[in-house]
Amino acid sequence: MIDRLKVIKVEAIAELGGISDLTELERWRIHYMGKKGQLTQVLRQLGDLPPEDRRIIGALANEIKRQLEDELAGFKSRIARTTVESKLEKEWIDVTLPGYPVSPGRLHPTTQALREVCSIFTSMGFQWVEGPEVEWEYYNFEALNIFKGHPAYDMWDTLWVDFYNEKGEMPMLLRTHTSPVQIRIMEKTRPPVRVIMPGKVYRYEATDATHESMFYQVEGLAVDKDITFADLKGTLYEFARRLFGEERRVRFRCDYFPFVEPGVEVSIDCLACGGVGCRLCSNTGWIEILGAGMVHPDVLRRVDYDPEVYSGFAFGMGVERISMLRYGIDDIRLFYSNDLRFLNQF
Amino acid sequence: MKASLKWLKDYVNITLPVRQTAEKLTMAGLESEAIEIRGGEWENIIIGQVVALEPHPNADRLQLATVNLKSEQTEQITVVCGAPNLRAGDKVAFARVGAHLIDGHSGQKVELKRVKIRGVASEGMVCSEKELGISDNYEGALILPSDVPVGIPLSDYLGDAVFDLEVTPNRPDCLSIIGIAREIAVLTGQRLELPSPQYIEEGSDIRERITVDITAPELCRRYCASLVEGVTIAPSPLWMQERLLACGMRPINNIVDITNYVMLEYGQPLHAFDCEAVSGRKIIVRRAGEGETITTIDGMRRALTPEMLVIANEKCPVAIAGVMGGADSEVGGITSTVLLESASFLPLNIRRTSASLHLGSEASFRFERGISPELTLPALQRATQLMVELAGGRAAKGIIDVYPDRVERSPITFSASQIEHILGMKVDLEEAKQVLTALGFQCKRVTPSELRVIPPYWRTDVNMVADVVEEISRIMGYDRIPVTMLSSPLPHQQPAPALDIRERLRDLMVGCGFQEIISYSMVSRERAGGIEPIHLANPMNREQEYLRTTLLPNLVASLALNQRHSISATKEENSIRIFEVGKVYLPRDKDLPYEEERLAAVLSGPRAKPSWQHQGITTTKKGYLDFFDAKGVIEEVMRQLTLEAEFKQIPLSSSSGRGDLGEFFHPGRTALVELEGERIGVVGEIHPQLADRFDLLPQTVTLFELEIEKLISYTIQDKRYRSIPRFPEIVRDIAVVVDSDIPAGRIENAIRESPLVVKVTLFDLYSGEPIAKNKKSLAFRVAYQSAERTLTNAEVDEAEQIILKQLSDEVGATLRS
Ligand SMILES: [Zn+2]
Repeated sequence: MIDRLKVIKVEAIAELGGISDLTELERWRIHYMGKKGQLTQVLRQLGDLPPEDRRIIGALANEIKRQLEDELAGFKSRIARTTVESKLEKEWIDVTLPGYPVSPGRLHPTTQALREVCSIFTSMGFQWVEGPEVEWEYYNFEALNIFKGHPAYDMWDTLWVDFYNEKGEMPMLLRTHTSPVQIRIMEKTRPPVRVIMPGKVYRYEATDATHESMFYQVEGLAVDKDITFADLKGTLYEFARRLFGEERRVRFRCDYFPFVEPGVEVSIDCLACGGVGCRLCSNTGWIEILGAGMVHPDVLRRVDYDPEVYSGFAFGMGVERISMLRYGIDDIRLFYSNDLRFLNQF
Repeated sequence: MKASLKWLKDYVNITLPVRQTAEKLTMAGLESEAIEIRGGEWENIIIGQVVALEPHPNADRLQLATVNLKSEQTEQITVVCGAPNLRAGDKVAFARVGAHLIDGHSGQKVELKRVKIRGVASEGMVCSEKELGISDNYEGALILPSDVPVGIPLSDYLGDAVFDLEVTPNRPDCLSIIGIAREIAVLTGQRLELPSPQYIEEGSDIRERITVDITAPELCRRYCASLVEGVTIAPSPLWMQERLLACGMRPINNIVDITNYVMLEYGQPLHAFDCEAVSGRKIIVRRAGEGETITTIDGMRRALTPEMLVIANEKCPVAIAGVMGGADSEVGGITSTVLLESASFLPLNIRRTSASLHLGSEASFRFERGISPELTLPALQRATQLMVELAGGRAAKGIIDVYPDRVERSPITFSASQIEHILGMKVDLEEAKQVLTALGFQCKRVTPSELRVIPPYWRTDVNMVADVVEEISRIMGYDRIPVTMLSSPLPHQQPAPALDIRERLRDLMVGCGFQEIISYSMVSRERAGGIEPIHLANPMNREQEYLRTTLLPNLVASLALNQRHSISATKEENSIRIFEVGKVYLPRDKDLPYEEERLAAVLSGPRAKPSWQHQGITTTKKGYLDFFDAKGVIEEVMRQLTLEAEFKQIPLSSSSGRGDLGEFFHPGRTALVELEGERIGVVGEIHPQLADRFDLLPQTVTLFELEIEKLISYTIQDKRYRSIPRFPEIVRDIAVVVDSDIPAGRIENAIRESPLVVKVTLFDLYSGEPIAKNKKSLAFRVAYQSAERTLTNAEVDEAEQIILKQLSDEVGATLRS
């Protein structure tokens, strides 16, 4: 009987090697391990054997049965795997077909730039505030030391509102810069003041690739006891590097704006040529990004801040210019003509 | 202001290279916009001296000139030359082979080659002014002064570098060569050497021959004059012409050139009268009379008003003060006696006069910026000296100087701590004193920690401590100021719900698939909307004449523009969803307009972009964006803001309320958007006439406009979370048939009234067979749920029966079988 068992084992394993699908495998199982299977029959005959033989042969038969069951399980999982694999193979898709279009919305590049600029300053404690676009001449000019009849007045070409007061003057205008918001904020609050003031401004100006009759500015103001020129430099240095990159060089040079003293122009080294000189930077190696300065004592006095006690700095910049520099946009008129082929790119 | 480097070098030793000098000026406030190199094209042209002249063997009009090219006389070249004015000993500009010269006939630049002229070899050329590009004169050779060294490049002698400097309005002192030289001297630690005009006075005193009377002292602070007799009008010397040209002025004659030269040199405009024109020998500085006129030197007859200041003789004006001279008193060929004026006029008045006459000049430009009356005398003396030296004149004795009200400048006293307070840096008072002294300030250390300074007369812009601190810091260099972060306490931050909600809306609209646009606030009357929009007094053009009172027309215009662009494969496939968040300007009586923030959007085109999978989707009407897309967007945006908007059908008969509603919207397809009964906006299909006006594609266009500020008061500040239901919901469908004019919203609201109903969704709307005519079927999926227990079928049955009864009673609904 031992020989018989060994033959069954050899035969069964050999036969298994030729099987390729689950039906044949089931037939094989029944043939050897089914109720009338060969191995089952041997096991049934065990009772007829003497106890000594029954123990030895029984152990052997069970051992073979376990081996065949293992083989069966292994074989089953192999077949299952190859079946799934061949199924998956047939289910391939062409991944180079275009993705289904989604309809994305986007913010206008100016909104994006405005938020980026303002968030740098809000992280330094400046609060975002706004003021009117249609202004009184007083806030746009006089309050900022820009007096009618002085040549500095010509630095801003103004669009006037067709409105006359009792004195026959035309005192209403579209603000030419965001600076009047400085005055409005200081009139309303006492120091410490730390605000960032974005908004639309207007100019009486023929439009071309670098001039627009409407554009955006961001104005900033910090006033308190002991605010110094060094703080101005620190704040704007920080800003320039956060916006344009850590490696940027920042230049502070003397400039004139009637409402600050001393006045500063802030430039960064040219993004295009790195300072060697090119068309973008008019061969100077520097690109102006904003104007700034220490708030003029007369401006402080006008809003009833004592310049002996309080000091501060103000700055202002064009927003479109930042996007133009960053993306290499060479025509400012693209911003507000609303061609989606332009806006879609940002 | 253009400034010649050579000219500057008359007053200051410039040791730095040109570019670095320009950079120093730029950093200190005088921005150098460009540097022009004059004579850069004169390569291979050197100064030579004619040592011998012989006739050409084969041509009458030509000569052979032997030119010495080295000071040690080691190199001589003989060339053929046609210039009739050449004499032995003349210093000339000699071009070697390879030089580039302007051809006398063609005007083109050509390279000089080795040639043979009438059988004689000629390796080089004696140049005319035209060939060098200096002037149009090609009759003779350019003869240089005899003291010019031989052998140096011509560009070393005539060449120059010219700074083009942007002078800010506060620095009229830098509208002069001396002013700029002073800046360079201070910035580079050099000494400034100023001319000290001296000349011999002859004959009788000017004060015995001419009187000056200022009858409008409020407009003329000082009037100085000198008299130069026996002048010969001729071209000014070459060096002066060169300098005038370098600074952008055209040479005219020696007298006019001298006035311009001194104006550029000192910054003080001067005027030379032909003394014959000053009849009665009396100068009156007065306001023009009503109806008076003058013909200015440009030949134009100009009407004057009493607002304008004139220089007059006893009969009539001879010049518009500070702006332009009169033709009758102009210095010309026959002039022999010159009356030279150097005066100080009120800036504001000069500005008004030149603006109202549309007449600007180099003189008015300087007067407008404010020139100290102290400058009149030195400039006058300098010009008189030059007229004596260069025009053969004799200066009369004395000078007329009418200066009724001289004002002393008040001193400014400041301490070291005041400087530190502004700059955030300690500045040594000694160093400050050095800087200020170099700039011309009188400085006195009044206490160990205090300096008292008097600004020089030419610095009309320095009046207070802050001004002085700017002077100190800009000369020391802003680079020296340290970089610190703000350390003052942070102010309290004010809540700004209007800004927050506006920015939130932008993000929400983007989230809904809309592209943001920003359009002009200034529009045509047609696009402005409203009854009486704000009107601009000086619009750039008709398209930008009014301020908008609605965002909608700009959006429709943008839609029209972009429909025409092929963003997708064909125009019809352009799926356009755009929005704008911006201000409208609502007029208020005698006050600034109310600037109201609005959100507006327009949508049109296929709902989905075409793709290879969804082909054909755009061809069915169902695939196009319509009213309900817009409504869905508003509903979603409101939900995000914790708001629930109601949509009210507007009566078909009218465009009630908003004045211009009917102009924009299709009356039958428009809803008012309300929050708790207050109207916050409108949504609807575009009015077909408006669509036609903008030439839109024939497809549905939906617009909406919402008033942002009104949303704020309705947003829920203390929004609470709702617990997730613990008991299951039971879902049933109800299909009812009603008259077709019953709004779906009414049925939906009626269903919602049942206390067990938690969700109602319309999932089918149908009319047509087998539904009776004028009827429609609406199918709702209704979810029932209780917070306390699992509902039984019986409870739901009962609720459903109540709903049906209600619907039957209210709108005559029947259950669709
Ligand atoms: Zn560059």
